[in-house]
Parts: sequence; structure tokens; C-alpha cells
Amino acid sequence: MARTRSKRQQQLQQAVMIPVDWLEERSGLVGGIKYFLFRKVPAETNWFHTLGSATLTAFLVQAVTGVILAMYYKPAPEEAYASIQHITNDLTLGWLVRGMHRWGASVFIILLFLHMGRVFLFGAYKYPRELNWLVGVILLTMALGEGLTGYLLPWDQTAYWATVVAININANAPIVGPYLGEFLRGGAEIGNDTLARFYSLHMLVIPGGLFALIGLHLYLVVRLGITAPPWTKAAGGYEEVADGRPLRKGLVDPKPRGNGAIAPRRPEA
Amino acid sequence: MADDLERPDEPAHEESEQHLPTPTILPFAFAGGVALILIGLIINWWLAVAGGVLALLFGFAWIREVTRDVRAAPEPEPVVAEEPVSELAVEEEGPEEPERYPRSVFLELSTLGIGAAIGALVTVPALGFMIAPAFVGQGDDDVDLGPLDNFPEQQYVIAQFNSKKDEPQDVGRRAAFIRNNGQVDDVPSFTIISNRCAHVGCPTQPQGLPGNAKDVNTDAGPVTITPVASVSGFQCPCHGGAYDAEGNRIAGPPVRALDRYQFMIRNGNLVLGKRFSVGKVEGTGADAKIYAYKRYDPGQHVDGLEQYLWPLPPYEGN
Repeated sequence: MARTRSKRQQQLQQAVMIPVDWLEERSGLVGGIKYFLFRKVPAETNWFHTLGSATLTAFLVQAVTGVILAMYYKPAPEEAYASIQHITNDLTLGWLVRGMHRWGASVFIILLFLHMGRVFLFGAYKYPRELNWLVGVILLTMALGEGLTGYLLPWDQTAYWATVVAININANAPIVGPYLGEFLRGGAEIGNDTLARFYSLHMLVIPGGLFALIGLHLYLVVRLGITAPPWTKAAGGYEEVADGRPLRKGLVDPKPRGNGAIAPRRPEA
Repeated sequence: MADDLERPDEPAHEESEQHLPTPTILPFAFAGGVALILIGLIINWWLAVAGGVLALLFGFAWIREVTRDVRAAPEPEPVVAEEPVSELAVEEEGPEEPERYPRSVFLELSTLGIGAAIGALVTVPALGFMIAPAFVGQGDDDVDLGPLDNFPEQQYVIAQFNSKKDEPQDVGRRAAFIRNNGQVDDVPSFTIISNRCAHVGCPTQPQGLPGNAKDVNTDAGPVTITPVASVSGFQCPCHGGAYDAEGNRIAGPPVRALDRYQFMIRNGNLVLGKRFSVGKVEGTGADAKIYAYKRYDPGQHVDGLEQYLWPLPPYEGN
């Protein structure tokens, strides 16, 4: 602050800061975002830790391209395949958006599994992050559900028969299977209702759940901190932080928030 | 905030330290039991049962092992209870006695309860609408396949037809393999086999020499009839299921014979009726003994011990 600012610079700064302050005073959002972006992470994080963010990015790409595709796609048996062809061949850059959605779906699933592998191999699913692993497993299931329901939408031969097979596999679950099959098909056979049903699941039900659970997933990541890789010194055991309290190494957030937020602390054995 | 933190030397922490389970071999034994179930499902039922017993046994032992500390923990409680309660506490509790069900609790619970009731009022019909239509009023229409002349005796034809009048053609289009077995006591006999594989429902193909297709228009819409000479059986392209000429499974993953259709003769036309599932067929043609069951989804056993894994089909056909 030793440097004196010109009047112009001050004006500029005010122009930026006044709306930001206005927002901060009324919502606390700015502080929250700062906390999220500048929270502490272990020193030895590496590129493997970016797999989660990469998965999130892939999901957001799916969401955006999916919304755009929904503006042109017609979920009716007579029109579905024609509208897909229209998107791919006629519309400007339609091939690109559909391609992104189609190939991005595979990227999303692949990244999910890589992220899961990273969490498993780093032991990041252990106490106190078990809940986040459980949420992640539900997210994986829902992502696979997106794959299943999205596969039918082009309404070509591959889509149709793959869905026949997939639904019949579901229908073979013991006890609940026949009912599950009925529900997915919307009847005894694949028909008019099946496509609309899968469209609704693919567009509304599962993405809604995904958004909600990704929110919970991220909240838990921020609250519990990131695990150091297992080969680092910080990964195992406990050490004393500055104020003398024991802190399990690898847990970097020493400040508890909320009632009973003391989970990360444990004594030396 | 920092004052709330428990210090490491406090006993509470030592207690939490006890929750670390001791090393044990039991989970491996449990996993072995589960593996035995899975192997048994393929090889032999009794192996699966044995695996189930082992898994239950070791799972129970494992839970006992893991929760030993927790189960032992409540012991000290009576000691605390026996301690003479301070008079201050007694005095405090005295006047509280009539307030066993205070107003605040009542309001809390009634708010929750009314909220739940309103929520249910909106949610239950919506959920019903979401789920119920899938289980009500299902089943295919009767399908008129045209005059009997189109079905030569002792030869299979592929008949492609619209199973539902109100559905677009491509969606409701089905195929059946139809063989005219000739007259039995002046009553025509047909073998009508659904083309859907009894594994997971792919379309099977007849193994034979297809002839020229012929289109017939009936009340049920366009019907395509393709004769196939010297059919030796049916095969599924998806996962290699194979059936003989009566629809019996001879190889591959299917769990039963191909489904069949009931039929009737109406005004000289062959009309398809209900589809039903078949366990197996003994004999051939008009003399065949068909082990018929209600219509099940592909992949579900209709006979043997496995049938109890699946409830009766929710739909009834026509």
C-alpha cells in the first residue's frame, strides 16, 4: 500500500469493489467462494487430485450440451431418429454438440472410475470420509443410469435392442425384477411410453439427483479436506499443530465449524 | 470455539480409541462364503446354500468381533445412575413433572406432522401416476394375420405384424414363427413361436432357407409373411442362444424354451391371442406336449427351484 494510487485507479477499484462488497454484505457469498478457492490443501497434492474436478467438468459439459440438444430433440417414436439426424446433419454445429455429448458421456464415466481408483488407492475413503465414498458410489450408479437412459434416445436399432436387453437384465433381479422391468418399460413391452419415460429420467430425474449429490460431495470435500498421497510423510499418523493440539496428518483443516465439528482430531496412540 | 475441543488426555478420547477393531480373519471367511454362494448359483444349489450358511455364520461372528468394545461399553451406566442425584437436580425436576409434554414439543411435532401430511397429499398421487400406469391395462391386442391359405402345411413362415393398433409401426412391430401342423380331428393345429429370445429378449432367426416375402393387409394392419424352408431351429444373434425347431433350448444362455402364442380362427383368418411362456416341449407339431406357464419376462425361470426367485408376472396378458 506504499504506492500511491492515481485517482483513476481508485475509481476503477471502487467500481469493482462496490458491487462485490454489496453482494458480500448481503449474502456472504464472496467470503464463501474465497474460502472454497483458497482453502488449505496438503503440500504434496499432485495431478491425481485433479481427477475429481475433471469429472465435475465432464459432467458440466454433459449438462450444457444436453440442455442444448434438448432444444432440438423430439422424444416421440416417430420423430426421435429424424430429429437426431436433423441435429447431426442440418443444424449449424449440431454435429459438434451432439458429438461432445455422445463422446463426453464416455469421458465422464471413464473419469469417474479413474477418480474412484485414485480415492481407493490413496486410501481417501477412510475415516472420516466414509460418507463421501458412499455418496460417490451413488453418484457412480446415477451416472451409469444416465448412460443407460441416454442410450435409447437416438432410437435406432442399436439403441432399441440394447435397451431391450438392458431392461430385461434389470427385470431379472430376484423378487423386485419383474416390477422393475415393468416400471422401466412403462408396460409389458417397450413402446411409446418407454422413450418418453427414459427421456424424463435422462433429462430431469437423474440429473436433478446428480446435481444435489455433487453439491453434498463437494461440501464434504471442503469440510473434511483433501488426503495427502499415501507415500508422503503427511499421510499417516498424527502430528501436533502449532497450538499443541494433535492433528491427524493428511487432514489439513484444523478449524472445526459447527457443533461437534471435531472429527479430524485424535490423540497420539 | 477452541475451548469446546476435547483435550487428548481426556478419557473420552481413550474410549474412542477402543473402537479400532482388532485384526481378524473373519471377513475373509465371510467373503469366502459369499464367493461360494456365487459359485453355487452356477454349479449347484446346495453349494450356494452351504455358502449362505457359512457367510451368515462368519458375518455374524465378524459383527460380534467388531462390535465387542461397543457392546461392552454400556456397563458403567448403572454406576452413574446409582450415584446420589444432587438435591438441586431433584428440586429442578419437581416442578417440571407436569410439563412432560410441553407446548413447544407439541407445536414442533404438529408442524412436522401437518407438513408431512400436506407433502403426502401432493406426493402420493404424483407417485401413483408415475408408477401405476406401467402395471395397469397392459397386454397385446389380438392380431389378425390373414387367411389360412398363407400358411403352408408343415412349413415355418415368419409373420411380422403390429402387436398394438395405437402404436407407431416400428415400435409395436413383432415377429412370430408360424407352422401349420395340418388338421387334427378336423381342427386346425398351429405352432406359433415368438421370436423373442428367452435370454434377454433379442430377436431370434430361423435356421433355414427364406423364400419370398408376401404382404397381407388385415384389420390389424400390414402383415408380412416370409416362408422359410427346412427350419432346423432358431438362433439368437446377441449372445448365442440356440433352440430346436420346437423352440426348446439346446445351447447358450436362455433359461427356457421360446415363448408361444395362443391362436384362434376367426372368419377363416388366423388370429394371434395371448403370448405365454414355455418351460419345454416334448414331441413335435400337433402331438407336442407343451409345458405352458403364464407369460414371464425373458431370462426368468418358469420351472425348477429358480422359479421362486421371481414373483408372478404383474401383467395378465389381454
